[in-house]
Amino acid sequence: MSAAPRLDAAFAALADPTRRAILVRLVEGEATVGELAEPFAISQPAVSRHLKVLEGAGLIERRVDGTKRPCRLAPAALTELDAYLAMLRKALETNYQRLDQLLASPTFATKQKDETT
Amino acid sequence: MSKMTLELEGDTGVVVTRHFAAPPEAVFRAHFEPEFVRQWMLGPEGWTMPTCINEQRVGGKIRYEWANGEGQGFYLTGEILELDPPRRSVHVERMHLPDPTPDNRIETTFTPDGDGTLMVMRMSLPDAATRTAMLETGMEHGMEDSYVRLEGILATA
Repeated sequence: MSAAPRLDAAFAALADPTRRAILVRLVEGEATVGELAEPFAISQPAVSRHLKVLEGAGLIERRVDGTKRPCRLAPAALTELDAYLAMLRKALETNYQRLDQLLASPTFATKQKDETT
Repeated sequence: MSKMTLELEGDTGVVVTRHFAAPPEAVFRAHFEPEFVRQWMLGPEGWTMPTCINEQRVGGKIRYEWANGEGQGFYLTGEILELDPPRRSVHVERMHLPDPTPDNRIETTFTPDGDGTLMVMRMSLPDAATRTAMLETGMEHGMEDSYVRLEGILATA
């Protein structure tokens, strides 16, 4: 997948409170479906469906351990999301640095004073 | 030092915060008066805002048009829902690319913070897919900015 569809999938996967809670739990370390289902008032099959979405978005990885398939965070996907948000912050920051200059400029200060007196 | 934060909030929100070294009155005016808005709300290098309308009253209209001098451009329209200078405003806006995007509801607060102002801009999109689309539009422009800078560096090398 190229970057944009993968980001689509990642944002879509994150737009669900249960899936976000699952990711938060996985920050602590690897967990099985049973362990992940415990804190939620939902069934293991429901958790499995959420895991499938997270796995499809590349946010988690699963490995085979006998009959279990423990999950863990996929660091690459989260790094990409973070890099993407960092880029967006930078674009906005360009605007705000211009606003800083405007607020500090003598013409802006003069105009403010003129209109309040 | 990064003074700005941008975070996702819930399923459909985005929150941006930024400190400015000027009182709320000044920051508020710079956000609403067309004469000032068109000087900074420009995105990447090379873009200007030939049309900048902000009626600065409840029910008033907003229209910002951007152009890059090479025949490319897009515009934004919106309506002001609440206006409480210099503390708070609420408006809706949509981009026209050229089809209109779903409405983005934006609450902006300007709070005294030391000898400056803390601005908090809370955007609410109608659904998660719209938020994704909006963030990706923002990314394209951010990337374009980077490319323009890169071109500048390459040209002088």
